[in-house]
Amino acid sequence: MKKRQYAFYPGCSSQKGASASNFATSIEVMCEKLGIQLNEIPDWNCCGASIGYGEGGLLPRLVINARNLALAEQHLPGQDMVSGCPACWLSTRETAEKLHESSDLLAGANEALKEAGLNFKGTVRARHIVEVLVEDVGFADMKAQVVKPLEGMKIAGYVGCQTNRPFGIAGESFENPQYLDKMIETVGAEPASGYEQKVTCCGGALAFSEPDKSQKQIRDIVESAYDHGAEMIVTPCQLCQANVEIYQSEINKKQGTKLAMPVVYYSQLMTVAYGGSLKQAGLNGHIIQPEKLKQIASRQK
Amino acid sequence: MSDSNKQAIAHYRNNFLKEVEDHVEDGEWVRMCMQCGVCAGSCPFGPHWEHSPQKIFMMIRAGKREEVLSSDSMWMCTSCYNCIVRCPRKLPITHIMHGLAHYAHRLGIAPKGQPTREIARLFWVNLARTGRVNELKFSLAMYFKDGFVQGIKNALAMQGIGIGLMKARRLNPMELLGGHKCKDKDGIHKMIAKAREIEERKQKFV
Ligand code: SF4
Ligand code: SF4
Repeated sequence: MKKRQYAFYPGCSSQKGASASNFATSIEVMCEKLGIQLNEIPDWNCCGASIGYGEGGLLPRLVINARNLALAEQHLPGQDMVSGCPACWLSTRETAEKLHESSDLLAGANEALKEAGLNFKGTVRARHIVEVLVEDVGFADMKAQVVKPLEGMKIAGYVGCQTNRPFGIAGESFENPQYLDKMIETVGAEPASGYEQKVTCCGGALAFSEPDKSQKQIRDIVESAYDHGAEMIVTPCQLCQANVEIYQSEINKKQGTKLAMPVVYYSQLMTVAYGGSLKQAGLNGHIIQPEKLKQIASRQK
Repeated sequence: MSDSNKQAIAHYRNNFLKEVEDHVEDGEWVRMCMQCGVCAGSCPFGPHWEHSPQKIFMMIRAGKREEVLSSDSMWMCTSCYNCIVRCPRKLPITHIMHGLAHYAHRLGIAPKGQPTREIARLFWVNLARTGRVNELKFSLAMYFKDGFVQGIKNALAMQGIGIGLMKARRLNPMELLGGHKCKDKDGIHKMIAKAREIEERKQKFV
């Protein structure tokens, strides 16, 4: 099968030894099975995330993103740029759109890019891996690869903010997007229906600067998953994954709760369902162990 | 008071709306707000916003410069984008909040020691140095932003989490010795410096 080619923008959190390194691991088998070839953009840089605005300001923020777009355009011509991280995707797509709309900003960005020997023409489309899965691959083909359905698992699909707003996945509603639940069904598990914290904000980057306010959000997100009988949360977002998994022990310590809800990526579900090993699914990268998923991954068939 | 803040006041006199339109990202949208209040109920940290986005837009039009720019409110924005998708007038509210926060920061009138202001600054410094963010150095800088003693306390409080992440191979202690970086660091430094220079040129009060 001829593979689909994409210019891949991994982002800082997916680097080796970083907070979402297990996400990076888990997409390998998934992409292999689905005929997706991710070609890493050479020497890509940080997108500025959602808090780059404070010090960065408009043009410097646009320029760091334009550098990645320009590198993709130059080294991987004709390929859509794809990111697995919502914040990276959002920053890149916003930049591509702003530079497209304003010739003044584009001129400024190119004046700065010249200092790094680059130029951006504006031909690259910035997409998210979930768009590739839903729009290019499709649910039927995602399902066709399942060899180990995750039967008997009830999972809360937590979409969070930035995979969903302001751009989101085409055709989905902002308040109640369905694609993540469909992906859960695709791998043979049951989505926790009526999970009302599906698009609640986890606090984002403010989990660091405003821990108490963010932990209130996180507690709601986890408790609602329990209330709906879920044994696990799945998310497409690196920051959501990290925040919701990591701070449960803090909340327990401060508030006497007993939260211990595993939080994984959709790509980990798919890798296990596609027959990947525990390690290939990055399941050795958790603080709260997704035991049942690990058992399925370790099972022969 | 910083020089740029004095210049801004002298230049715009009492026309704060015009100042916002000229200097704040997407500021030209503020006059489109119809005060429906939808955005006011959208922020995850809502109870902690002294002034909701709706109120901030009203205050800008009422010329309440000092109150708006020194407010803690914009720094409560989690970038959740709830407001943007709900606003009937399609105001890019998130960007305006970021823009106001940045403008207040560059004029030196944003609240001192505001924690999100502080991490935003540290984050940018971290990324501009090597082109990529080093999570360990960034976290340590965060813990120590309030001084050495508080830093040790903060780091100890989060020790369990750090060790958990290290065991899960999602936090690498070797990052302290170098860690991830871009090859063309020099190009990135020059590029960011140029972008800042252009931005500054545009931001002049003439
Ligand atoms: S939702 Fe839009 S129009 Fe309504 S108050 Fe907020 S900014 Fe103004
Ligand atoms: S993006 Fe910011 S301003 Fe908009 S609803 Fe979220 S927190 Fe409020």
